[in-house]
Amino acid sequence: MKPKLAVWKFSSCDGCQLTLLDCEDELLAIADAVEIAYFLEATRNRTDGPYDVSLVEGSISTPHEREQIRHVREQSRILVTIGACATAGGIQALRNTRDHGALKSAVYARPDYIDALATATPIAAHVEVDYELRGCPIDKRQLIDTLMALLSGREPRPIHTSQCVECKLAGTACVMVTQGIPCLGPVTSAGCGNLCPSVGRGCYGCFGPSESPNTQALAAEFRELGVEEAVIRDLFAGFTCAAPAFAEEIKRHGG
Amino acid sequence: MAVESYQDRPTRKIEVDALARVEGEGRFKVVIENDRVVHSEFSIFEPPRYFEALLRGRSFMDAPDITSRICGICPIAYIMGASQAMEAALGVEIPPEIVALRRMLYCGEWIQSHVLHTHMLHAPDFLSLADSIELAKVAPDIVKNGLFAKKTGNRVMEVIGGRSIHPVNTRVGGFYRAPPTEAVHGLIDDLKRSEELCLEALDAFAAFDFPDLEMDYDMVVLHTDDEYAIMHGRLIDAAGMDIAVSEFHDHFAEDHVAHSNALQGGRKPDGSAYLVGPLARVNLNRAQLPDDLQARATAAGLEPMCRNPFKSLLARQVEAAYACREAARLAEAYVHFSPGHVDTPARAGTGDGCTEAPRGVCHHRYTLDDDGRILSATIVPPTSQNQKQIEADLVALVNRNTTLDDDKLQWRCEQAIRNYDPCISCATHFLDLEVERR
Repeated sequence: MKPKLAVWKFSSCDGCQLTLLDCEDELLAIADAVEIAYFLEATRNRTDGPYDVSLVEGSISTPHEREQIRHVREQSRILVTIGACATAGGIQALRNTRDHGALKSAVYARPDYIDALATATPIAAHVEVDYELRGCPIDKRQLIDTLMALLSGREPRPIHTSQCVECKLAGTACVMVTQGIPCLGPVTSAGCGNLCPSVGRGCYGCFGPSESPNTQALAAEFRELGVEEAVIRDLFAGFTCAAPAFAEEIKRHGG
Repeated sequence: MAVESYQDRPTRKIEVDALARVEGEGRFKVVIENDRVVHSEFSIFEPPRYFEALLRGRSFMDAPDITSRICGICPIAYIMGASQAMEAALGVEIPPEIVALRRMLYCGEWIQSHVLHTHMLHAPDFLSLADSIELAKVAPDIVKNGLFAKKTGNRVMEVIGGRSIHPVNTRVGGFYRAPPTEAVHGLIDDLKRSEELCLEALDAFAAFDFPDLEMDYDMVVLHTDDEYAIMHGRLIDAAGMDIAVSEFHDHFAEDHVAHSNALQGGRKPDGSAYLVGPLARVNLNRAQLPDDLQARATAAGLEPMCRNPFKSLLARQVEAAYACREAARLAEAYVHFSPGHVDTPARAGTGDGCTEAPRGVCHHRYTLDDDGRILSATIVPPTSQNQKQIEADLVALVNRNTTLDDDKLQWRCEQAIRNYDPCISCATHFLDLEVERR
């Protein structure tokens, strides 16, 4: 019996599950190694649970999703959250500190038709999560490594050192030291493959907080560079804005 | 998949409660009485994410990256629509080398999005297969060749954008850093090979049995006489409309339809359905395609002004081949430049940005204050605009096929929805909809 893989979507953009379909070189081998039991974006076939591995994309933002995630948990031996929405709430978690009624009225002519929660929260706020993959979107190599580990009975080993380590390993000159560009790299988890600094741009934190992030020290450094308070706030108020370390820092800057 | 059958009674209900092989989540419901459709609903149950409201107060520089998260399959459409709208608001002119590199990047997105859809999501329907894994067993070359072309499209996005899903190297004003000449030139051979493979697939798809359906479409596309429009031009239709993208909201509106609880795009003033996307583009911009590709399209069964929605598969595949050729041409002409962007000083203003996303016209409008902070944002994605037309197609299709049994009819309806490659994640406006059960 092949292990049964399921892929679930909650509030999200589909980009993280697309990462699985973007494994062009490995896709047919993966499809050979597992039974794709539930993956609506890719197949009409659906097999009932229980599932050996569930990949869960998206955050919980409606009453229906809050029920659905419990069902997914019950049906899954191993549950892996994939991406910034599932692990930290995603960009839509910006709503968590706003007036939900006002947001509804701003976008919809009939806000009373909207059946949504006032918050968008990570999966772990609702059910137990076994492993998580960070990123907006997740990194393809990390996804394949994790699937291989789980299929071979090995423990996946996520690394949450800071993005600075990836810059050093890649030989990328520090954009903050050499160009004065504000960068979240010192407090953001490695894993993307050193993308933003390598094009001369500051990291925007899409892999979420690293281990022991000292956000206050970094914010002080931004101030030294002459960055305005509102800009410091918005730097942390990105795709992982609701991760506790970043949410705390946003509050310190009037968010 | 909940299918309720009422074949022993004059009323039949066909429901699919979670639609497969679309990006995002949707469902539809058709009620048939005495062999006529009396009710049809195509609906979206994507949760609202309030993008337009959450953008208020943010810097104009944040809009491309934030709106790209509307859709992981077509992030470039959002990045470019938002960037162009901001540049219009700021009064910034973009030099030709940046325009050309953006077009090449956008071609990369067309390739990966179109090939994903034609090979992996749509083609299996025509062979009564559940997915591309099953397709790979009966037609391994089609799937392998498709994966090669899709990977090439993704590599274009990685080389220019830094990452294929949610690229990081784009910004208002251009790019953080233009890629090295040799990295871009390194894509040329694979792009040329991908064009050949896309055309081979076009010929293979031409042999499919296309269900018989002709619709009287009101098609709307971005058009310019100079090239096959992707990022620049005016909005036209077949009846002579010719407007600037800044006039979009004078001609189109999102209606609030009480019976379906959904916001849907429609023409002003009557709210009538219209069609955007590959079939509309290949029909109205056919003269801007190279002559040989026009001939290949005709030979494959995609005749001029084709109105069979199932042949959107062919339109998408012609465009995939075109995007490979266009990206290769732009790559050959590419020389690294620095800086990668023009300066974009903040000022107050309103700007419109409109591009041809893989699924059709995608329109953005923003108003900025003196500091360049966003006062208002309005985004009209293609699937919202096509939603009424999808319903109209379904009604016409079911009325012609009431003799099919429920399973076959249900699958045919799913296939008709997938004609639109509906990117349901672009749910900036979609409401959650409860299916009404009789």
